[in-house]
Amino acid sequence: MSQDNTASTRDYRLTGPEAARAAERGLVSASWYQSPISRQRMKQLMQRRDGPALLDTAIWLLALLITGFGGYWFWGTWACVPFFLAYGVLYATASNPRWHETGHGTAFKTRWMNDALYQVASFMCMFEPHVWRWSHARHHTDTIVVGRDPEIVEPRPPSLFMMLLSLFQIPLLLKTMGGVCRHAVGKMDAQEQTFIPESEWSKVFLAARIWLVIYAVVFGAALYLHSWLPLMYIGLPILYGGWLSYLFGLTQHVGLAEDVLDHRSNCRTIYMNRVLRFLYMNMNYHLEHHMYPMVPYHALAQLHEEIRHDCPPPYANIGEAFKEIIPTLLKQRKDPSYFVRRPVGSSRPATDAHPQAEATLS
Amino acid sequence: MNDQWIDVCAVGEINEEDVIRFDHGPYTYAIYRSADNEFFATAGLCTHESIHLADGLVMDHVIECPKHNGRFDYRTGKALGAPVCVNLKTYPVRVDAGRVLLAISV
Ligand code: FES
Repeated sequence: MSQDNTASTRDYRLTGPEAARAAERGLVSASWYQSPISRQRMKQLMQRRDGPALLDTAIWLLALLITGFGGYWFWGTWACVPFFLAYGVLYATASNPRWHETGHGTAFKTRWMNDALYQVASFMCMFEPHVWRWSHARHHTDTIVVGRDPEIVEPRPPSLFMMLLSLFQIPLLLKTMGGVCRHAVGKMDAQEQTFIPESEWSKVFLAARIWLVIYAVVFGAALYLHSWLPLMYIGLPILYGGWLSYLFGLTQHVGLAEDVLDHRSNCRTIYMNRVLRFLYMNMNYHLEHHMYPMVPYHALAQLHEEIRHDCPPPYANIGEAFKEIIPTLLKQRKDPSYFVRRPVGSSRPATDAHPQAEATLS
Repeated sequence: MNDQWIDVCAVGEINEEDVIRFDHGPYTYAIYRSADNEFFATAGLCTHESIHLADGLVMDHVIECPKHNGRFDYRTGKALGAPVCVNLKTYPVRVDAGRVLLAISV
């Protein structure tokens, strides 16, 4: 259906007129709908554990090691191709949900484990750690609010050419390397300044410099060895293994409503098989994750059972989701105001009155 | 400025290792009971984006905000890392005759 309150082409920049328009419409830092669930049950679901993520991480690292070794062993023959295809997906796709879950601090109970894996996974999926920590906080505050959310995957009208490039993560690679170079010389762009507090900039700059040193070492090794092999492990996987990450990203919100305050209208929950759920760290329960970001990935299926009666029906599999997403994207090329309206029951306000906090001290 | 002690609730109304919201006049507070049965109080809203901390998770001596998982040490109010950068204000709490009392400045 068409959303009549949107102009045909909107300005998705965080520094454009849509930012002020979102504020005028009460869409900034607003209260979002939450399906009712008792505090007692929520406390159970929020509990943190180290065990599941330790096991997941061990399996993931072992799989990287085995596929990486296979690629090395068969390097120079066609037999290395399947190993690198698998290595690339494990490296560039599976690192993204690990970046995400550790960024929320919900993967492990132990904080340093979250922090350590966060840094490693950020590097692997090419998400600058401090920039994306802040951009993701904004994504949760103002999910798919135009002019506010820096993580809208496909602005309308979508460009098929850009989508094709995104399958190889080329826009991400260029944007990240541009950002890393800019941050390494101590500069932030205007959009980043809208969501990263100045007190955090030094961390952004330091991380960028460390990344550049790592890339310089890998490039140096490739030149020294006269071989592409070092780059097959670090650097190139984003191009040949990030495609599934992009597809996962499309399923989360693309084609659904913009500028609403109800995650049931702008997030998809999709049933997936065990392999995909392992790679994606259960982020297929995306509606649940947005509604209650405190619930760790290993409890999202249980949360889904608790609130599913109050949510639109989940998609049976990823194919069913794409059966909706692809025609929607094609329609949005001609009519950018078109979107899919999810069947959502009556909503109640998420919170009541807004008392002030007592003054805070730094 | 003098401290005034206000009655919050009965001791048993806060579970161990949990938090409740307490509104007084135009202000809101978070009142904590630790696993070792001590009581603490902080400002009720997260310093990042004014979300009620009482909907968050208490783990050891940390309160985790329900919106972006920002963490504070609720004993001192110290912000423990991004996205929370500003400390929480804390308030004295005592238990008297089975009631939790909160001191606020008047
Ligand atoms: S509102 Fe509390 S961490 Fe963002």
